[in-house]
Amino acid sequence: MGSMSLWEYANPKKFLTTSERILPFFWAAAAVCLVVGLIWGFFFTPDDFRQGSTVKIIYLHVPSAMMAINIWVMMLVTSLIWIVRRHHVSALAARAAAPIGIVMTLIALATGAIWGQPMWGTWWAWDPRLTSFLILFLFYLGYVALWEAIENPDTAADLTSVLCLVGSVFAILSRYAVLFWNQGLHQGASLSLDKEENVADVFYYPLLVCIAGFVFLFIALVLYRTGTEIRARRIRALATRTRAQA
Amino acid sequence: MIALLMRDLRLAFRAGGGFGLGLAFFLIVTVLVPFSVGPQSQLLTTIAPGILWLGALLACLLSLDRLLALDWEDGSLDLLATAPLPLESIVSVKALAHWLTTGLPLVLAAPLLGVLLNLAPPGYVWVVISLALGTPALSVIGTFGAALTVGLKRGGLLLSLLVLPLYVPTLIFGAEVARRGAQGMEVTTPLLMLAGITAGVIALLPFASAAVLRVNLR
Amino acid sequence: MSLTVTDLSVARGGLPVLEGVSFTVPDGGALILRGPNGVGKTTLLRTIAGLQPALAGMVTGAEDRIAYAAHSDGIKPTLSVAENLIFWAQVFGAGGIDAALDAYALAPLRDRPAGALSAGQKRRLGLSRLMVTARPVWVFDEPTVSLDRDAVAMFAGAVRAHLKQGGAAIMATHIELGIEAEVLELAPYRAALDAVDAFEESFL
Repeated sequence: MGSMSLWEYANPKKFLTTSERILPFFWAAAAVCLVVGLIWGFFFTPDDFRQGSTVKIIYLHVPSAMMAINIWVMMLVTSLIWIVRRHHVSALAARAAAPIGIVMTLIALATGAIWGQPMWGTWWAWDPRLTSFLILFLFYLGYVALWEAIENPDTAADLTSVLCLVGSVFAILSRYAVLFWNQGLHQGASLSLDKEENVADVFYYPLLVCIAGFVFLFIALVLYRTGTEIRARRIRALATRTRAQA
Repeated sequence: MIALLMRDLRLAFRAGGGFGLGLAFFLIVTVLVPFSVGPQSQLLTTIAPGILWLGALLACLLSLDRLLALDWEDGSLDLLATAPLPLESIVSVKALAHWLTTGLPLVLAAPLLGVLLNLAPPGYVWVVISLALGTPALSVIGTFGAALTVGLKRGGLLLSLLVLPLYVPTLIFGAEVARRGAQGMEVTTPLLMLAGITAGVIALLPFASAAVLRVNLR
Repeated sequence: MSLTVTDLSVARGGLPVLEGVSFTVPDGGALILRGPNGVGKTTLLRTIAGLQPALAGMVTGAEDRIAYAAHSDGIKPTLSVAENLIFWAQVFGAGGIDAALDAYALAPLRDRPAGALSAGQKRRLGLSRLMVTARPVWVFDEPTVSLDRDAVAMFAGAVRAHLKQGGAAIMATHIELGIEAEVLELAPYRAALDAVDAFEESFL
């Protein structure tokens, strides 16, 4: 890296050229990890002695749930960067990430429901984790709706950044409120540093591969979508200039 | 600041000011509930605290889009922004005026509507206490939502979409106080959480509201 | 203390409209801004009033000294004329409203709801608001819209009295008011044709 600073990628042109160079690697890594992880997980792991083969939905459920939260955290970080340093790429990356977050939240909710049906005997329970994800989904919806509603991109970036900040605080508050409100049926975290609580190794390794696949997929998608947002801004800038010259 | 508060109150009480609309809405929602769930008094007793809280929340939400939009449309907001008042106090005063004209009447009306819903006797005092503690938070959070959407043409629906998730913690703890109180259970924890949320948003959220309002004014 | 604008650039909707505007308005002085529609008079006035950030340049001597009269007057229709004025007097911590009512011949309308006023009367009420702010620099954006000849004379009289007391005024208007004022033609300051907001530029 040497004298190169991370902030150089805040320049849209620099970001575009670099992201175009590295994108194929992320697409490839995502494809390899997802194919290997899912096939390994679905076909080459034993059935759980209690849950049977339904446990295998874990390979979609856990990674998407993790990404749903991590994407919000990433949006929070990029929003803060926009507020503090006003790098446009940062704001656009937050905008690009939000719809991916929505999809991840929906996958987590849907796979949770499908898993919950045989386990708990119901598609939906007001379990704290499920409820928290439902609330997270509402936060994502509001965030995206606010971006879409405002015409001036800088105004939209400012307002959505503040909403993301305030929303994060309220999301954490909601999480505690929901925990207090209903203690829940959901099993504990599937992955934790505490070895005793972890799922068995035989499920654990393919799960890690799947999580890596989701992470790579997200990085590829967010780079790609940020590039699209940058090009949209470029079109806007060109149109503005043409209008000024007319 | 007092001048602004008095003006907002006066505007609310004058014709077309919208005072009482929230209250009427609260009344109608509460009256409609027995029609939709059936007249069994046992069931109504169980759900009464939650219905009262939900009704109050929706009534608060209903009046939010007038909170800043009217001052925005007639240019007062621009003029206020050039006045010696900091925007932070302007949004705080606006929230206070909203609470006095919307939240407070709801708090006072809740026991009467509790009768209609067959609220358990120990519940009355807790419904009033929880609403008195919680509705200021609803007004302050709502002011933030109103400040976010003030420049938008059809901001009303978006405002609800943005504000409702932010209302979740207040609703959970507030309704929990009322529910536990009505069942004669311990209420300390949710009561403290509710008070904490209200104190926190009153102290901090006006800064966020003023920041987004500044962005919207430029 | 005079109001000084140095090398100011302002933008509307992300597009620079004026560049390198500089002027000074001393105490007791007035400045009239002229220029075709869309040249950026309103944007310039809003920037001076501190409602929007400048792209470049500086405004000094404006902080807490400006009373701004925009296109809309911020009048509440359900409040009476006096109530509207008293509110602004209180917000700015200034004194009575009688001088303002007299200057714009609003005293007979004092207790009338502002919603029942004609357009010209409303405008007079909006302009009289500046007299209750006790601020030295008055900024007007097209103040004479919907005023008749008598009302324009009232307005000119009020501004002249304000200048005599050591106040200053900046206004965008096309009407000859008979006020001794410098005139600044804004057309030469129009932003260069291919100029794009510095932010947008990074995308090109």
